[in-house]
Amino acid sequence: MSLLLTMIPIALVYATPLIIAALGGLYSERSGIVNIALEGIMMVGAFTAASVTVWLEPSPMAAYWGILAGIAAGVLFSLLHAFASIHLKADQVVSGTALIILAGGVTVYLCQIFFDQQRTNAFSTGLSKISVPGLSKIPFLGPVLFQDVYTTTYAAFALVVLTWFVVYKTPFGLRLRACGEHPQAAASMGISVLAMRYVGVLLSGAFAGLAGAAMVLTQDIQYTIGSVHGAGFIALACLIFGKWNPFGVLGAGLFFGLSQALSIYAKDIPLLQSVPQDFFYMLPYILTVIALVVFSGKSVGPKAAGELYDAGKR
Amino acid sequence: MKMSRSKLLVPIVAILLGFALGAAVLIATGRSPVDMFYAMLQSVSGKNLRADTFNPRYIGEFVVQSMPIMLTGLSVGFAFRTGLFNIGAEGQLMVGSIAAVAVGLGIQAPPVVHVLLVLAAAMLAGGLWGAIPGFLKARFNVHEVVVTIMLNYVALFLNNWAIVAIFKSADSVKTAVIPETGLLKSAMLAELTNGSRLNWGFVPVLLSILVYWFIIEKTTFGFSLRAVGFNKDGAQYAGMKVNRNIVSSMIIAGAFAGLAGAVITVGTFSFGRALPAAEGYGFDGIAVALVGGNTALGVLFSGLLFGMLKAAQPLMQSQGIPKEVASIIQASIVLFIAMKFGIEYLMKKLKPKKTTVEEVES
Repeated sequence: MSLLLTMIPIALVYATPLIIAALGGLYSERSGIVNIALEGIMMVGAFTAASVTVWLEPSPMAAYWGILAGIAAGVLFSLLHAFASIHLKADQVVSGTALIILAGGVTVYLCQIFFDQQRTNAFSTGLSKISVPGLSKIPFLGPVLFQDVYTTTYAAFALVVLTWFVVYKTPFGLRLRACGEHPQAAASMGISVLAMRYVGVLLSGAFAGLAGAAMVLTQDIQYTIGSVHGAGFIALACLIFGKWNPFGVLGAGLFFGLSQALSIYAKDIPLLQSVPQDFFYMLPYILTVIALVVFSGKSVGPKAAGELYDAGKR
Repeated sequence: MKMSRSKLLVPIVAILLGFALGAAVLIATGRSPVDMFYAMLQSVSGKNLRADTFNPRYIGEFVVQSMPIMLTGLSVGFAFRTGLFNIGAEGQLMVGSIAAVAVGLGIQAPPVVHVLLVLAAAMLAGGLWGAIPGFLKARFNVHEVVVTIMLNYVALFLNNWAIVAIFKSADSVKTAVIPETGLLKSAMLAELTNGSRLNWGFVPVLLSILVYWFIIEKTTFGFSLRAVGFNKDGAQYAGMKVNRNIVSSMIIAGAFAGLAGAVITVGTFSFGRALPAAEGYGFDGIAVALVGGNTALGVLFSGLLFGMLKAAQPLMQSQGIPKEVASIIQASIVLFIAMKFGIEYLMKKLKPKKTTVEEVES
């Protein structure tokens, strides 16, 4: 039981960037643009956040400026994907691939320019944890959810609810989803498919940038090429596993976060001792493939995601 | 043929733009693009034009860098021709590498036979790994892009697990050295190139390119694969076995990538390695296939191009140029190719207005 108490906060730290980035992917895919470059955008966000934090420390707000800069960098970087795949009708997977390669190149290149090494300098504190006064005194739940928690974790939960509201309860969300389901029909109702898709992709950039920033500032001491190490792809997995639904994404993110925390603590749990650590790393990916097979045949994902938009198509 | 001209034009424009952008990035950050081009020249020719020295080791390393990415390029290209996007070359490569280590360490056989068995095992393993997304696509219509991305990570952790748990690595990083009989190493080739890692790997690579060309261009099987890639419904209507073609295509694509794993593990190296992260051969393969237009000859040339970029990296770094500029150039080239509609539009605008018969017909 006490093991669970120590594991949940760690699982939350792992889950935070996964949830945020997957929500970003949700906006993009709901608008009809597949964004496999979440990983790359996260790297750019993480690099920018780490650099700005290093430069502004010891200012107490350094990490928050870092996060803002990470979001901005994510938006700018995703603009490339938006421009290529919406304006120039590039294959969305190819364009995403280019962004992933580019992210690894650009971030480490700039590290060498700014810091004369393959990584950013180390920041001293990064994001600090907070405790909610009062609530942290609640037995059991208090220490787990309200004591020494990163603000980004609360942000992730808030963004889940916000995304659900925006996507399902606002006219904007309806239009966004229409563009991802049947863009021609949306266009016939006077919706600008182009504009909606730009918004979708740029939002995914903002979210993935935030996710990268949150990841590097809570799980690392500096940005390196390995800082994001596949989290963007797990986020993609969360999106699918969560059936392109914000609350589904939340559940998947928490589950995958827990599976990562388990990989650390498995050696202390009698039942899981003999399971190799690598198995826990594999788990999200295997489950996603299984989920894809289970979901197949039922239309859960946005129907037009990944297709070139041809206004004349029936 | 209007198609073939633009097919050649787009990659060339993309490559030129990519290098121009790389040079611009260097200038903007106060580095000299001239140094970069010297480094590239030296990595290809072995000649250092400034010091007027010649070291054939650079040529050897250039070929070593080109070999695996040509194979992953063939892997991605083959799937492309059937209308499938194989982002899974990386994972297929890793599974191939596991199989190569298993056969390399696990059996004893006479010199040539042993290494052939190693290569065959790697191709088989890669092929089976490729069959998974192929089967899921054919049977359940699950998109191969997501499945192959996920399987890359499964393969990575499978590899790391196998290195320790099955091959009993002493330091958890690399396995014992595979016996001489199971390696592609050649003392002669190494000596010829002043101690580079050049090995017999180029033989299976060149054979693969030939096989690729033969299957795609010269066989009915290749034709029906291309037909599926061109128009799935049309191929179905014409009586082709679409689903079987999808699986076959992914198996062959996986086999190419699996072979790349063997070429790295028993050619470039001589032992299996646990990896902290994927090494990017799959993404390199995507770049190679795109630039090469998914043709055998194209893959050969673009493999050399990107091999040169990889080989020049240490040279760049030693001359004070951040080696990541190579990734920036590679990514830009891929991005520009993806923007081919934009490039074609631009070319049309740049050309003096003359409406040809072709344009009217198209």
